[in-house]
Amino acid sequence: MIRNSILAALVALGLGASLGATGAMAQEGEVTDYSFSFEGPFGTYDKAQLQRGLQVFTEVCAACHGVSQLYFRNLADPGGPELSIDQVKAYAKEIEVYDKELDDTRPAKPSDQFPPNTDAGAPDLSLMAKARAGFHGPMGLGINQLLKGMGGPEYIASILTGFTGKTKEEGGSTFYENKTFPSGWMKMPPPLEDGLVEYADGSPNDVKSMAKDVAAFLMWTAEPKMTVRKKTGFVVIAFLVLLTSLLYLTNKKLWAGPKRKA
Amino acid sequence: MAGIPHDHYEPRTGFEKWLHERLPIVALAYDTLMIPTPKNLNWMWIWGVVLAFALVLQIATGVVLAMHYTPNVNLAFDSVESIMRNVNAGWALRYAHANGASLFFFAVYLHIFRGLYYGSYKAPREVTWIIGMLIYLVMMGTAFMGYVLPWGQMSFWGATVITGLFGAIPGIGDALQTWLLGGPAVDNATLNRFFSLHYLLPFILAALVVVHIWAFHTTGNNNPAGVEVRRGSKEEAARDTLPFWPYFVIKDLFALSVVLIGFFTIVYFMPNFLGEPVNYVKANPLATPADIVPEWYFLPFYAILRAFTQDVWVVQIASFLTGGIVDAKFFGVIAMFGSIVALVLVPWLDTSKVRSGKYRPSFKWWFWLLALDFVVLMWAGSQKPEGMVPAISLIGASYWFAYFLVILPVLGLFEKPLPVPATIEEDFDAHYPPKDAQASAAE
Repeated sequence: MIRNSILAALVALGLGASLGATGAMAQEGEVTDYSFSFEGPFGTYDKAQLQRGLQVFTEVCAACHGVSQLYFRNLADPGGPELSIDQVKAYAKEIEVYDKELDDTRPAKPSDQFPPNTDAGAPDLSLMAKARAGFHGPMGLGINQLLKGMGGPEYIASILTGFTGKTKEEGGSTFYENKTFPSGWMKMPPPLEDGLVEYADGSPNDVKSMAKDVAAFLMWTAEPKMTVRKKTGFVVIAFLVLLTSLLYLTNKKLWAGPKRKA
Repeated sequence: MAGIPHDHYEPRTGFEKWLHERLPIVALAYDTLMIPTPKNLNWMWIWGVVLAFALVLQIATGVVLAMHYTPNVNLAFDSVESIMRNVNAGWALRYAHANGASLFFFAVYLHIFRGLYYGSYKAPREVTWIIGMLIYLVMMGTAFMGYVLPWGQMSFWGATVITGLFGAIPGIGDALQTWLLGGPAVDNATLNRFFSLHYLLPFILAALVVVHIWAFHTTGNNNPAGVEVRRGSKEEAARDTLPFWPYFVIKDLFALSVVLIGFFTIVYFMPNFLGEPVNYVKANPLATPADIVPEWYFLPFYAILRAFTQDVWVVQIASFLTGGIVDAKFFGVIAMFGSIVALVLVPWLDTSKVRSGKYRPSFKWWFWLLALDFVVLMWAGSQKPEGMVPAISLIGASYWFAYFLVILPVLGLFEKPLPVPATIEEDFDAHYPPKDAQASAAE
């Protein structure tokens, strides 16, 4: 039976190794391991941070990017920025959305989706925190996802803080050097500068803090059900551990006869 | 159902007799559940139940997901996101379904390698093995088409690459690929037919599973000793076996429960661990991702596909002999499908009279090398084909074929097997000595 366990272990190891390796080749840029409140099995979103991130997104990122998977009503969802419904209404009213029936734009309502914004050729950010992986360790196995996530928000924050200040002209466009971006040069100019956004709660508004706040917000837009997912997970695993223990004891007692252990 | 002699269902009450004469369904259920099962089965005999669970999980979650999914190139990606965000517990269904495919393949690989080690494919279980291989092929088709449905970047480009394999077939390739895709490229027609087939194939799979179980219930289970259950009489059979219920049902459920702790840890705490991040970017026919990599369970065969490049001498010979019809690409396709054909034909390639690898001293080494080879190929398939990777893939692919086409046929002729226990009872008693033997040993 030892052989079988070895077989199982080998296959499992192989699976892990190959998976990690799959991810490992995707990126070459530097990703800083910023710490976030939602990391690990017990991690949850920091409501105040998501609200600050929403503000950064609204005042800065939204100029070029959309989060079109998101509905305005989601801003009031439990586990998210948890704005009050009046705040959501007030926030939505400031944004124009296209209404098919009117064939015109009108101020948004909570039931509307965020308008897409791709005019500048900028990608939609709804899922960006899941579409980029920052971590592949240890040893390319990727297992540290359990504790750290896969590094999407770290990647985003690293991009925002990764500009070196160098630029180059190529084919009529300006490229900005960024030590996190895989090719090293990106079309997006550095969007943040110290003090750009004034937080109501007086939180630090240097580039790094704002980058972390908006990265946390974008993790929430990518995985809005994370809190309930983890909560459910604990119930499921606790149930399974109990079930497994009972089945273990049942099995042991059942086989005691045939195995002459009774 | 022929097979191992055991007590059969006897209708007792009037209603039972009435029903039994018209439809012996209770007898079928009874005989299936009470089937005599070799009592020496070890923990590698639990993957069948895990696989059955995976199939039910995939169908149950898949049916509900299909209620909310829209197979249209403009809507598919957003409809999957809507499931994640707006459908009650949709995120749980989708994560369970996406990771369920990995559970399915994880279990099937352990199940297949179990069969390879203990010679479960040998007479009289060849049909069980062949049906199993058909199940595996249907699984691969289903998983591949399912992966296309979210219409992310890897969905689209994976579909483009894999259907391109059929395009490599000389002469009919292009026409075949167009027919498969429903057009010149992966597009709405492709998505629609993949959705349709992704819904159909699991039910064919379920039917094949019934036949698979029927086949091995006819021959009886193989077991670690690889000797058959004695069938001379009920009493004799009873000394080698225990009824499936409750002994193996409880054992299997315990094992399943352990496996599920691992599975649901992934589903609830690292649900995107096994996926490709780039599949969260909507499919864009104009932007090829930096790397196109299949899901982990296809990687060994992907490595074999890529192993045979133009500079490999067998490819050059094949190309020369066929006047260039067999090029490197087509050769790779043949090798990939051939590697599975070799697996299918293993009942006739293994010449050893001894069934279980436990009693084959040389075979063991070759077997474990094959298991290692599988893992190495999986790794090689995940890497960019540069540096040492092509050479490693080629060596790995060569060993895969050597194992089935050379080593197994030849080894059986020369290997001197160890003594095999005469009966399952003897094997079982060696592990769990009877009380009187324990007493006499103590004296």
